[in-house]
Amino acid sequence: MAEPSTEQQGERIPTVIADELHIVYRVHGAKTGKGSATAALSRILKRGEERGVRKVHAVKGVSFVAYRGEAVGLIGSNGSGKSTLLRAIAGLLPAESGKVYTNGQPSLLGVNAALMNDLTGERNVILGGLAMGMSREQVRERYQEIVDFSGINEKGDFITLPMRTYSSGMAARLRFSIAAAKDHDVLMIDEALATGDRKFQKRSEERIRELRKKAGTVFLVSHNNNSIRDTCDRVLWLERGELRMDGPTDEVLKEYEKFTGK
Amino acid sequence: MSETTHDDRVALGAAVSPDEGLTASRLAARYGLTVSGARPSLAEYVRQLWDRRHFIMAFSRAKLTAQYSQAKLGQLWQVATPLLNAAVYFFIFGLILKANRGLPRDVYIPFLVTGVFVFTFTQSSVMAGVRAISGNLGLVRALHFPRASLPISFALQQLQQLLFSMIVLFAVAAGFGSLPDLSWLLIVPVLALQFLFNTGLALIMARAGAKTPDLAQLMPFVMRTWMYASGVMFSIPVMLADKPQWLANVLQWNPTAIYMDLMRFALIDGYGAENLPDHVWAVAGGWAALFALGGFVYFWKAEERYGRG
Repeated sequence: MAEPSTEQQGERIPTVIADELHIVYRVHGAKTGKGSATAALSRILKRGEERGVRKVHAVKGVSFVAYRGEAVGLIGSNGSGKSTLLRAIAGLLPAESGKVYTNGQPSLLGVNAALMNDLTGERNVILGGLAMGMSREQVRERYQEIVDFSGINEKGDFITLPMRTYSSGMAARLRFSIAAAKDHDVLMIDEALATGDRKFQKRSEERIRELRKKAGTVFLVSHNNNSIRDTCDRVLWLERGELRMDGPTDEVLKEYEKFTGK
Repeated sequence: MSETTHDDRVALGAAVSPDEGLTASRLAARYGLTVSGARPSLAEYVRQLWDRRHFIMAFSRAKLTAQYSQAKLGQLWQVATPLLNAAVYFFIFGLILKANRGLPRDVYIPFLVTGVFVFTFTQSSVMAGVRAISGNLGLVRALHFPRASLPISFALQQLQQLLFSMIVLFAVAAGFGSLPDLSWLLIVPVLALQFLFNTGLALIMARAGAKTPDLAQLMPFVMRTWMYASGVMFSIPVMLADKPQWLANVLQWNPTAIYMDLMRFALIDGYGAENLPDHVWAVAGGWAALFALGGFVYFWKAEERYGRG
């Protein structure tokens, strides 16, 4: 584990700076009250601020600086804003106020949203690779590697079948294999460690370690304190959208475990 | 690390980094960090989009294939759907309503089918455009790519869909005596211009639909009104013969009417240049350029906000 004292010998190069970051979601049709058509109509007719829209303040004024070579864990109870914070760092969610500065383009590990269940695994590998910004040549080069890693073809020629015919474990394995095929500068992993059977979990943990080595900075969201302890030297603890604690893994986890009553 | 902690750190006395005490923006500038998710310049945006051309193509083809992948007849529906559409319109307007005022029957049937297909091309591009962002928010919030890839990809999907419909259209035209000749080559520029127009419109609708998803409910009515005003099942000059000329001109110069008329002119032997409004090619090109460029810039202006939903 990298202690700050050992790091100060070399220059610490910041890769991600969050400055008083606020994220607000706007949810339509969730305004408390009657959900009937007449109620909706009266909302439209009534003057006022945004009608029929409820605001959810998911991240409230978070500031931190992450440095090159750091692996930062994000912990906090469900709905505390961890995934939202990751998306904002990646520039996928616009900030309500405040800013995030990054070195290069941080990427979330995951391509689920780009894949289509009605297409064959083969075409999904290509589509997913292109969606992550790989070139056609890169996809072609990595194709066999991805298929082999997923182990989809271990039980016969499944890669040429539509993904909707896969078992949920198989689909998860293929999705992880596609997502993990690309190297990233700033890598963000959102509870991606636990997919597939025991054998595949081992293999994917290894792959994540490899990706971590190549990446400049890693963010990991997980509810598994052990995997945080294994991978991260620093932990940010979010609660209700606020940064409750920021420090070395052991200290923060100790407080967090006290808080959750373990 | 905020500036307020500065003094405490100094008090500790240990090696103090020169970065201590810098504000976030100064620190970012010092190490060349950029604001995450900021909108790129227009030129940079075009370049990024060009880099993603393979993704745009693959996405549109994937959507097209996925559409019929659960059907037993599979991709045969690509051709069967427009064929059935043409048959229904022929039955209602050709046999029952006899709407072919002023047009001989062997012109009217291909006239009608061309109109339906060409209008459907624009209509489905608009409808796909409205949902391009709002219906793919999961994708927008998970991966980085220029967001214009989505509406452009959907417009491209509709173009590929139309190319299948063209097979049916060629058969209908040939079946009613308009055999292939040199004028059929005009189909290529007409389709290209209409595609540009549709893409621009899809980009505009995508931004509007991202902000106001209700448009998905409203647009079918707008599109139906537009369809009846564009002369899909009737000839505008014949229908409006007793109305002032400017009214017919205005209707005929509307983009979908222009592209329909040009397509009919290219395909159908009995539909000559006398049916076209003045300056038809200039108007066709003007609409395409106006919407493609305007729509692109309009969409780009909100690029950093699409993730908000």
